[in-house]
Amino acid sequence: MDTPQSGFIKGLLVPGLPQPLLAPEQNEGWMRLRRAFEAARDEIAAAKPDLLLIYSVMWPSIIGHQIQSHPSPKWVHVDELFHDLGSMPYEFRVDSEFSHGFESAARERGLTARCVAYDGFPIDTGSVVALKLLNPDNAIPASIVSSNIYADRAETIVLGKAAADAVAAQGKRAVAVVVSTLSNRLFTEFIDPADDCIHSKKDDEWNRKMLEFLAAGRLEDVAQLSRSIHEQVRVKKVVNFKPMWWLSAAMGQHNNYQGHVYDYAALYGTGGAVVSLTPVPQGVGEKEFDEDDVEHWQGDRQVLDSEDEQTATRRAAGASFPAPPNGADDS
Amino acid sequence: MSASGEIVAGLLAPHPPHLVYAESPEQNEPNAECGWENLRWGYERLRRDLEKVEYDVIVILSPHWQTYIGTHLLGVPKFNSLSVDPIFPNLFRFHYDLQVDTELAQGIHDEGHDAGLVMKMMTNPDFRVDYGTIVACHMTRPQWDKPIVGLSSCRTRSYYNTEVMQEQAIELGRATRRAIEKSGKRAILLASNSLSHRHFVGESELPEDMSQEHITNHNQYLWDMEMIRKMKTGRTRELVDIMPEFTEHTVSEADAGSFTWMLSALDFPTYPAEIYGYGTVIGTGNTVASWFPSAEAR
Repeated sequence: MDTPQSGFIKGLLVPGLPQPLLAPEQNEGWMRLRRAFEAARDEIAAAKPDLLLIYSVMWPSIIGHQIQSHPSPKWVHVDELFHDLGSMPYEFRVDSEFSHGFESAARERGLTARCVAYDGFPIDTGSVVALKLLNPDNAIPASIVSSNIYADRAETIVLGKAAADAVAAQGKRAVAVVVSTLSNRLFTEFIDPADDCIHSKKDDEWNRKMLEFLAAGRLEDVAQLSRSIHEQVRVKKVVNFKPMWWLSAAMGQHNNYQGHVYDYAALYGTGGAVVSLTPVPQGVGEKEFDEDDVEHWQGDRQVLDSEDEQTATRRAAGASFPAPPNGADDS
Repeated sequence: MSASGEIVAGLLAPHPPHLVYAESPEQNEPNAECGWENLRWGYERLRRDLEKVEYDVIVILSPHWQTYIGTHLLGVPKFNSLSVDPIFPNLFRFHYDLQVDTELAQGIHDEGHDAGLVMKMMTNPDFRVDYGTIVACHMTRPQWDKPIVGLSSCRTRSYYNTEVMQEQAIELGRATRRAIEKSGKRAILLASNSLSHRHFVGESELPEDMSQEHITNHNQYLWDMEMIRKMKTGRTRELVDIMPEFTEHTVSEADAGSFTWMLSALDFPTYPAEIYGYGTVIGTGNTVASWFPSAEAR
């Protein structure tokens, strides 16, 4: 296959917990993930992209979608949970032009979006881990986008498409990186690192099923399984498991990839995997598609308002309406 | 210090960064014209009441230091850094310089551990103190002349449910009280959380444009009023009893355990709370309230 002139040329899934960066030597699985990051780094470098775009589930936002645009964010970051593993000094190279283009593209599709460019802005642990391990010398400019806590499937898909719009508009060859664990149940007590394992057999089975799909290049199928994944193996911190919606939307919503699972291991009970997906002409096709697509975000649908605008206007003008039948509600 | 330490006040002290933004102290980079006066003036009245009591330390549990493995405590004597709100960086970029009472923090750690809770001291000097802690402490004591003890929010609700969170927070409250009594210090406790907590997902062009500020929906307002009614009538055990429903229906930030922790440390007051103000911030419901165990201080 010819190398694409622009667009997302690869997609990656990586975990955001700090153990592979700060303490790989403490556990054999953490070290395997560290090696997996390094192998993925080499794969990215060989593809010579113009941009790394990070979507991190560990950067929550409320006011729409925030996009990092400080050209050289610098700090010494400490994880709020695993602070005893050490500090993470960083200085990244951000493609501000792309970040602003992404913001515009998101707004074009109806989303609320804004760039953030403040000294000392707290870049999340997941983004720090991903950029330090995948792009340690800042050879590739990067951008980072947040995960809105209220956004669900439609909004997240539109955000992914906006990312693709921005990449295409700037003629860039980009790698999309989603930062997320698979199952996310941590142990709730401190463990000896040597004893780390996936929290439950069920979590492990689901993780392996997701990886089986991804190895077969079935990214959109995993995306369409997101609600089930959330129900089965995600601790309910947010409305849904969103990273695969975003990644698949950004990369074209299909199953035509060469998938490679570099490795899979436990990270304090969660499931961490490093996976790469490279678009190819042939794949498994539209195998499990059963959810609608969406192109434009139209915002909240006023679900708390019982009347549409036209009805309200008529009522205000004095029009009468029949009373609802008894027993019409759900009580 | 008194021979036996004591909690001289328990406070419900919400931490929207908008309040500091509107106060425009010199430590905060962005400045506002005004905004959220109901809550800011409520904090002013609270500060006047606090002038009537002597205290040595501020103990605060913040929802924005989120830990999924146990409760963590600040364990470094001094922090001096810049706090930038990850959600509202346009409003809150605060240069803080604070002292930590690590002795009392260790005491709470030890009491919690002895009670069977998972506890951990945070001793990394590069750690950035969360903005919830900074906002609530600044609004309560802007002089920054009292040491603090900072506790994280163990996100037990995420892994189990609100009932389990409450059991853990109640035990942590008891441990906190025992540690304060043993320390010989006089402490005020800050539960730093909103009540209902459904935000708007957009922001007006001028953040302090109060014509745009209101509760997200009436359901949240009704719940907030019911909770405040229980505070005003000294029915704090009832309040804790209905916390699971409140948290479920209003996405309340009380899911952090901070409110339950504070009420437990006060042994569930039966006297009325003083309500200094109620107001909304980007659609969430917030109240500033106090419980003074000493009848003379009320």
